[in-house]
Amino acid sequence: MPEFAVEIEDLEVVRGGNPVIRSMSLEVGAGTITGLLGPSGCGKTTLMRSIVGAQIVAGGRIRVLGRAAGSQDLRSTVGYVTQAPSVYGDLTVRENLEYFGRVVGVGDDRVSETVSLVGLEDHFDRLVSSLSGGETARVSLASALLNRPRLLVLDEPTVGLDPVLRAELWRDFRELADGGVTLLVSSHVMDEAGECDDLLLMREGRLLRHCAPDALRRETGEEDLGRAFLEVIERTGGS
Amino acid sequence: MSPRITLATGGRVLRQIRHDPRTIALLLAVPALLLTLMRFVFDGQEQVFQSIGAPLCGLFPFIVMFLVSSITMLRERTTGTLERLMTLPMSKLDLLLGYGLAFGALAAAQAIVVCLVGFGLLGLVAPHGVLLVGALAILNALLGMALGLLLSAFARTEFQAVQFMPAFIFPQLLLCGLFVARADMAPLLEAVSWLLPFTYAYDALERAVSPAALGAAILVDVLVVIGTTIGALALGALTLKRRTP
Repeated sequence: MPEFAVEIEDLEVVRGGNPVIRSMSLEVGAGTITGLLGPSGCGKTTLMRSIVGAQIVAGGRIRVLGRAAGSQDLRSTVGYVTQAPSVYGDLTVRENLEYFGRVVGVGDDRVSETVSLVGLEDHFDRLVSSLSGGETARVSLASALLNRPRLLVLDEPTVGLDPVLRAELWRDFRELADGGVTLLVSSHVMDEAGECDDLLLMREGRLLRHCAPDALRRETGEEDLGRAFLEVIERTGGS
Repeated sequence: MSPRITLATGGRVLRQIRHDPRTIALLLAVPALLLTLMRFVFDGQEQVFQSIGAPLCGLFPFIVMFLVSSITMLRERTTGTLERLMTLPMSKLDLLLGYGLAFGALAAAQAIVVCLVGFGLLGLVAPHGVLLVGALAILNALLGMALGLLLSAFARTEFQAVQFMPAFIFPQLLLCGLFVARADMAPLLEAVSWLLPFTYAYDALERAVSPAALGAAILVDVLVVIGTTIGALALGALTLKRRTP
């Protein structure tokens, strides 16, 4: 396995004439959970879309698992969960997962396995449109877990979930990482940052810091990661 | 492209519709009811009913599948499922052919009901066989679907997509020759009618329900319908983007 699951050099993304990502370079260590943090609108989603190859980029180079981002053989090894759950509301949980399972080439036994993984076995035959927001988000997550991707890109996976469920999901993420999966997880909830091995702090399309949570605490002298982030912004001349 | 993914996609679209029994009932019943209505609007004018009602049996699926497929694809675009599918090992052809399978099957069901009612109960005649009308109905439905998939790329909302029906289908319905012979139209309109795919769909049906020998002209019609379907699907594939701005 390569040392880095994602390597980015001088990435530039322009959307609607505005620069959204500006000369960004970073690496994501293989088998780690990396948290992508920053205020809404700072370019987190655009960065994630660039990594999975769904974003037209203006410049720079992105290598994912040793290949150019978006190349065909990455489609079966990279899992991407968008912020809005992208599943079919007019199908049951089972029908959704069976369909995505057939597309990625896994059997129905893996579908049952995945549905237990996200704790939805009791809702297996319910229409997705009748589920709560958090349950729908877990159907979307399960769809991305079906073929055991080596890199999982998760855009705000815990938004709108109750604290118990959030803790459960982070346990799942840790288990996946222990099994060798690399996770890139975006969040604007700073108390989730402590669960990550590594943090990427973004603001206005730029990478402010790339370090472990403890290093951020040491650097700023703040125990609370939320305050530590604010401290970093102040030091880098932010408003 | 993979037959496994194509079949799974067709099955998925049919399952989505199956969860909506009211839509199925409307799909199957409305054309037959409209045809029945028309029979009594033209009460005692069998010839007029035959010349309009019989071709309509094969044109309903075109109109309905245009609408249903454009909205299904628009939903796929707006809910993010299309973006998900485009990050998976799936080719665009799998998606388009899957839609074709699903809507072809739906069109067949619709054609069976409307043909049974029209040719079985209401006294319409098909001198060259009802099967020919049914087969043309399915081809027309696939053409309607291909155009619907293509046009869905130009709609942002379902309100817009619904307006495409009066905007793109009604003019073709007026110009195809169903209500007024094309030769009797203003010369410019007749010229325009040659460029519209619906004209060929109607022309084939008109020949299929007239007693005259079929000849080669119906073959030309069918080839134009199939060619336009393939062309629209190819253009539709171009609107499915893996990378977006």
